[in-house]
Amino acid sequence: MTGASVPGAGGVGSGGVPVPARVARRPRGRVPVGLVVAWLVVGLVLLWAVVPGLFTAYDPIAGVPAEKLRPPGAGHLFGTDAVGRDVFARVVHGSVHSLSGALVAVGVGLLLGTLLGLLAGAAGGVADAAVMRVVDVLLSVPGLLLALTVIILLGPGTVNVAIAVGIGSVAAFARLARAEVVRVRRTDYVEAAFGSGGRFGAVLWRHVLPNSLGPVVALAALQFGAAILAISTLGFLGYGAEPPTPEWGLLIAEGRNYLATSWWLTTLPGAVVVAVVLAAGRISRSIGRERG
Amino acid sequence: MSLLEVHDLKVSYDGRPAVHGVSLSVEPGEVVAVVGESGSGKSTTAHALIGLLPSNATLDAGRILFGEADLAGWSQRRLRSVRGSRIGLVPQDPANSLDPVKTVGAQIGEVLRVHGERDRRKIRARVLDLLARVGLPDPETRARQYPHELSGGMRQRVLIAAAIALRPSLIIADEPTSALDVTVQRRILDLIDDLRAEYGTAVLLVTHDLGVAAGRSDRLVVMKDGRVVERGPTSSVLAAPQEGYTKRLLDDAPALSARPFPDHPGGPPAIVVRDLVKEFRVGRRPFRAVDGVSFEVTRGTTHALVGESGSGKTTTARMVARFATPTSGTVSIAGAPDGRRFRRHVQLVYQNPYGSLDPRQTIGEIIEEPLRNFGLGDRPARRARVADLLERVALPGELAARRPRELSGGQRQRVAIARALAAEPEVLVLDEAVSALDVTVQAQILALLERLQRELGLTYLFISHDLAVVRQISHTVSVMSKGRIVETGTTRQVFSDPRHDYTRELLAAIPERVR
Repeated sequence: MTGASVPGAGGVGSGGVPVPARVARRPRGRVPVGLVVAWLVVGLVLLWAVVPGLFTAYDPIAGVPAEKLRPPGAGHLFGTDAVGRDVFARVVHGSVHSLSGALVAVGVGLLLGTLLGLLAGAAGGVADAAVMRVVDVLLSVPGLLLALTVIILLGPGTVNVAIAVGIGSVAAFARLARAEVVRVRRTDYVEAAFGSGGRFGAVLWRHVLPNSLGPVVALAALQFGAAILAISTLGFLGYGAEPPTPEWGLLIAEGRNYLATSWWLTTLPGAVVVAVVLAAGRISRSIGRERG
Repeated sequence: MSLLEVHDLKVSYDGRPAVHGVSLSVEPGEVVAVVGESGSGKSTTAHALIGLLPSNATLDAGRILFGEADLAGWSQRRLRSVRGSRIGLVPQDPANSLDPVKTVGAQIGEVLRVHGERDRRKIRARVLDLLARVGLPDPETRARQYPHELSGGMRQRVLIAAAIALRPSLIIADEPTSALDVTVQRRILDLIDDLRAEYGTAVLLVTHDLGVAAGRSDRLVVMKDGRVVERGPTSSVLAAPQEGYTKRLLDDAPALSARPFPDHPGGPPAIVVRDLVKEFRVGRRPFRAVDGVSFEVTRGTTHALVGESGSGKTTTARMVARFATPTSGTVSIAGAPDGRRFRRHVQLVYQNPYGSLDPRQTIGEIIEEPLRNFGLGDRPARRARVADLLERVALPGELAARRPRELSGGQRQRVAIARALAAEPEVLVLDEAVSALDVTVQAQILALLERLQRELGLTYLFISHDLAVVRQISHTVSVMSKGRIVETGTTRQVFSDPRHDYTRELLAAIPERVR
């Protein structure tokens, strides 16, 4: 035998080398701390929206002029604004506007987008090409610009803003849903379903749709965060809720005038928005990994 | 002194032990076959030897003595100096084991470069040399091609070329031919044999097919549930297996069975195929996948279409099952209605039981689906029918609430057969229905199919590349090559008196019976 016992070219010493401890592998089933925090954040904000009274005793609309522009402290967690309203109370009470808006926006995008994607992917041919070119056009327009265009058509208001943001995300949902449908459509089990005598609609509903939804649901979670941001942005620009509604974007816009003297009016509501958006992103990633 | 000695190797996945103290040895220049079903830990053992376990597996204990070194304690960095240069690996799946964006030549050259060769011209010359050595025609062209331009057999040759590039003293071949046609399988195994004779390389051959192991190895190691149950010189193990498990593997290996040919009963035809042609448009020139195929299948019998991949047998099957429309020619199935009702009469069972069941449905829902589609019975009646079907394919009733991923490959294929039977068809088209299964499971499914045919009077069109399997189940055979049928006859005729050269080649490729 040619050099069966000669060590390899890398000059590996043989004999006398103590056997090192085996590389310990990363243990499985560790608690993902980031994900738990993300769910806690979202859960807290949901509770704010459902039972705001539990978290703050202050009125979000009526202020106490004597206590205006107090910095954050024991009495007022997030401080007070120019008319003496508790900012924390306004954030808590405002969550319902931002959350329901985001929910409507994601709902519009998810429903319309998935429907378009499902039809395009399942029908194929001319219908597919036509739908996807429209989607391409939608995707080529910046989201905020598209939302502004829709608002100008529909007029301002909380619901309209939500719909506008939703329409802005239809294209992303449609494209993702179509890609998944096209993939699932080619699988053996879908052909087998047709082979078992399934009608087109029944096979789509029973097999194609459930198996395509995984990444779409993950995108919905991601879009939830993005929608909160977009709604706040539009609120900030003055297209959303009317003052004195404590909507998050509006809160930040109102605080802008006191940026130099009262940082908490913009920073703290802004931090809440950032936290919710990040949490939604983290949750989305975990959904994508589980179902994908 | 042994080239490789493994003592008491233990490997666990996520803390669950999978290999419980395996010991084996390989002498210089010999072929040792590790045989067992999937899940027996044979591949895990092979990968553990060179530190290529997946990230959720741990090497818990054991010594891997290679030459004078104990590889068990080595870091990945140190193992790298051994992999490729001293121990070569031929992986299982040639389709996924090559980098799709690099040329074949570059991938073999990389092995040389990683291990210290810097001279480009030398690398190139050596790559061409290697490609020629593994029997690829026109190495200059091959070296410039990408993996997708090569057939499965050619890719496996490329992988072998990479494995032998540095003349290792041991090659670990993990199911090197499971994904290949029988004739290609034989050539690849011949090649490994030749290389062993030429370089004196020892081979650790991991396979589930005792037929392959029987003809190619000096010694056998039979594994079951992570343990070695039997070992010894191949000839003596085959001649007198000690363990019940080894005996079963031996009985199940289709190539090694010597059952009588099934008799052809005769009767009216259930399927008549006449001058079937299917053309696909590939670029400008139409490609004839099926070129004037005609055959008849007698009611209640099994007709096999045999051929290598690309011979047009699957396309023919799909046309019979009406999943593809013929360019010309006719398929008539006695008594089959048109339209959607056709599906109550003819059912297709797919090759891959992992892909043909909806992962989101329960087994009960899957089997119930044809009944729902055709509105057969109300809910309790359908439930009862599902339970009945599960029993028919010998699956426990409580499986109805499980999902496909919780089932083994063989169980899934049983579910697929149960679904196919749900609407009470008369014709089953079985497209490589047992090819993806282990020999033991394969034998069980074949027995099931035979029983169902007897009980229900089913007619089978059985598509396979494996003549050994065909010999067991079919009454008549058509051999296909390049879209045409080159020979048709009863199984007895075709196997004992083949007329066509291609049939003879296929028959010669069946691993020989060793006794």
